Amino acid sequence: MESQLPAEFIVNVDHEKCRKCKRCVINCSFSAIEFKDKVTPNNRQCVACHRCATFCPENAITITKNQLDYKDGYNWTPEIRKNILKQAESGGIILTAMGNPKPYPIYWDHMLIDACQVTNPSIDPLREPMELRTYLGAKPDCLEFDSDVSLKTELAPQVKIDIPVVFAAMSYGAISLNAHKALAMAATRMGTLMNTGEGGLHEDIAQYSDRIIVQVASGRFGVTSKYLNSSALVEIKIGQGAKPGIGGHLPGEKVGEDISKTRMIPVGTDALSPAPHHDIYSIEDLSQLIYAIKEATDYKKPISVKIAAVHNVAAIASGIVRAGADIVMIDGFRGGTGAAPMIIRDHVGIPIELALAAVDERLRQEGIRNRASILVGGSIRQSADVVKAIALGADACVIGTASLIAMGCRVCQKCYTGNCAWGIATQKPELVRRLNPEVGADRLCNLLTAWGHEIQEVLGSLGINAIESLRGSRERLRGVGLNQETLDILGIKHAGIGQ
Amino acid sequence: MKCDGIPSGCAISGLMSEEGRRIDGSVIIRSIANMHDRSNGLGGGFAAYGIYPKRQHQYAFHMMFDNIEAKETTEEFFKDVFNVDKDEPIPTHRENGIKNPPILWRYFLEVPENKLEFLTERDYTMKIVMQINSEIEGAFVASSGKNMGAFKGVGYPEDIGKFYKLEEYSAYIWTSHGRFPTNTPGWWGGAHPFTLLDWSVVHNGEISSYGINKRYLEMFGYKLELRTDTEVIAYLFDLLVRRHKLPMDLAVKALASPFWKDIDRMEPGQKKIATAIRQVYGSTLMNGPFSIILGHNRGMIGLNDRIKLRPMTAARKDDMLYMASEEAAIREIAPDLDTIWSPKAGTAVIGTLNAEVE
Repeated sequence: MESQLPAEFIVNVDHEKCRKCKRCVINCSFSAIEFKDKVTPNNRQCVACHRCATFCPENAITITKNQLDYKDGYNWTPEIRKNILKQAESGGIILTAMGNPKPYPIYWDHMLIDACQVTNPSIDPLREPMELRTYLGAKPDCLEFDSDVSLKTELAPQVKIDIPVVFAAMSYGAISLNAHKALAMAATRMGTLMNTGEGGLHEDIAQYSDRIIVQVASGRFGVTSKYLNSSALVEIKIGQGAKPGIGGHLPGEKVGEDISKTRMIPVGTDALSPAPHHDIYSIEDLSQLIYAIKEATDYKKPISVKIAAVHNVAAIASGIVRAGADIVMIDGFRGGTGAAPMIIRDHVGIPIELALAAVDERLRQEGIRNRASILVGGSIRQSADVVKAIALGADACVIGTASLIAMGCRVCQKCYTGNCAWGIATQKPELVRRLNPEVGADRLCNLLTAWGHEIQEVLGSLGINAIESLRGSRERLRGVGLNQETLDILGIKHAGIGQ
Repeated sequence: MKCDGIPSGCAISGLMSEEGRRIDGSVIIRSIANMHDRSNGLGGGFAAYGIYPKRQHQYAFHMMFDNIEAKETTEEFFKDVFNVDKDEPIPTHRENGIKNPPILWRYFLEVPENKLEFLTERDYTMKIVMQINSEIEGAFVASSGKNMGAFKGVGYPEDIGKFYKLEEYSAYIWTSHGRFPTNTPGWWGGAHPFTLLDWSVVHNGEISSYGINKRYLEMFGYKLELRTDTEVIAYLFDLLVRRHKLPMDLAVKALASPFWKDIDRMEPGQKKIATAIRQVYGSTLMNGPFSIILGHNRGMIGLNDRIKLRPMTAARKDDMLYMASEEAAIREIAPDLDTIWSPKAGTAVIGTLNAEVE
């Protein structure tokens, strides 16, 4: 069927500047630029990934929105009309990628942080120690000592992170091996963690295993005893913020030799992650899996359980802690994905700010907050979001999209096509090659270093010098423009109210 | 009956005789009066240990009532939960300009045996204290320990001391406080010391980690009704030392923990303990500027925040241990000292009564 869909973007080439070097043609992985005597855009294919514009030596390329006006309609937006056209042409579910772009409220942007004035001095992070070190894992209610003051209590395994930001689960398959290498190297250098996602652990990054979270998801790809033990901690993935209740599907054409080995499936077969784990139909089944993995790792690794933020997330998280998890990872509805049905990504789940506040409060009410660390992700965009999340009660934050952007991603949302021009969300060797793992790692380290300094600045202005004095300290946050019910859920006061 | 003030500035002073010699209250009054300019007349108070030797096995409740109804309600309540052995007005001297005191009354109480089936005596009494403060309008427990008492109110500390006739009491530990709040609640209960059972805290500073300290304590059943950070300190000591049974020197490592850079350099045994304390008790870390003197039945502890943002001087003379915001406040009452020093940031000065002292 001939498509009636208009182009989304227009590629403008300044032919006076263009030297016809064809670098743009070579760089465009979406076939949006051809060479017919001169550089000739094929606008319909353009996804605004900026690869051509970035690499044009003459700065001759700009990309603009196709300003094709539609008859006004508040209800029938151009996007909705275009989606209907797409489905009328294809009869399929609309596939998309990355995080929910819809204008739902962003609660981070309605919270403000306190600072010291007069009665308590702020602290200069350049002159005084400013501690960000965090330990992930279950903590006992209290410590016991023998009469000779030696420690009697045996602590559950703890994983040290030097900055309370870890890289999110993104599988080898969804992203390239070079991206994985960059994440693993950066995590090691910065004393934090990367997460294999559900795609197994490639032998090239096994050397970084004590800084790697290995995931056990419903497809159980690449899960062996060696895999579980080559890790800092093990994460059971129940759900993902971008697609709660939905499985995954890595198409067979992406399953080449290397992915086949890593995932332990035949070359060219689709890698299907079922929606549920077929051995987990209730909380007691989850507990069995948690303890099966604890047995397999000799109780030396904390076990994390990752869930999507859904309506009843507080009760679910409480169940997970009681089932024996050492860490609960909550992924908000704005979390990213390599591929998801648009209807799920844009309409299912709840914001991470509210989910986090509800979970932390619930675990405290039940007196079990110390029994698990809380990790949160689902659109942590900047260090300010990290500070606010920790003040609401998180132990650390998880960043996916932000780490991809640091490596070059332009958030064009075409990960599922496998054509990523930046060598990140692709398995095509000629594209993967574009991402130099060393350079990627440098950029990731720079990002975390910058965020670390920014978090230290905020701690100093708050007059505290250890991250644990911020954790759960909602007294240091105030809401702006939030209604009372939202404030109550977040457990914060409105700006203008003092102590 | 709420206090929204943040204590700031402030003067503190404390003294103890390790041999348990009893010293009359005029000494501590002179010490705290020396730091008059560190207070602004909006709060002063004292804690004294060893003042009721004849009733040392009974809980001495020092009560503040806004009105007679609150007193009657509380007394009805006491009849249900305690055996009241004696009650009497707290003696005061009314001629020195202290304005509008509440009704000040003290009760000597015993816990009936049949109440202790599921709780220890101290947990039971703590619950009662929390209940009075949160549920009986107009009633406030100024102190609730055995053989000790808190004497506090709105005014300069030296005036409060004279008001309560402290020269008539003898104690082996005295602590005191002069307050400089940044706003003006003018509420008697809001003055220092803050107490719970036999813990008392006088505090100069502000706990910037108040929010998480409070939420952590709430997990263990503490009700923080006063919304002041000093209350948090008393409860943290109660939780760590009394309920979790941490030795005092380890408890202060949780409350003003060493930096990671120092922990990493400790020898393995020490490092393991210090690491575990920070991992498990991170939410109890008191962050922000403070110097405090904690009193309890067996001793007195001085503690500074981990970068010493508030002053504290300590000194010894024979069996006497002194601590104060300023050296002058110690020299005023003990000009001739054996040693005098500025305790390091985050390092506690722990004074303990000799074991034979009753």
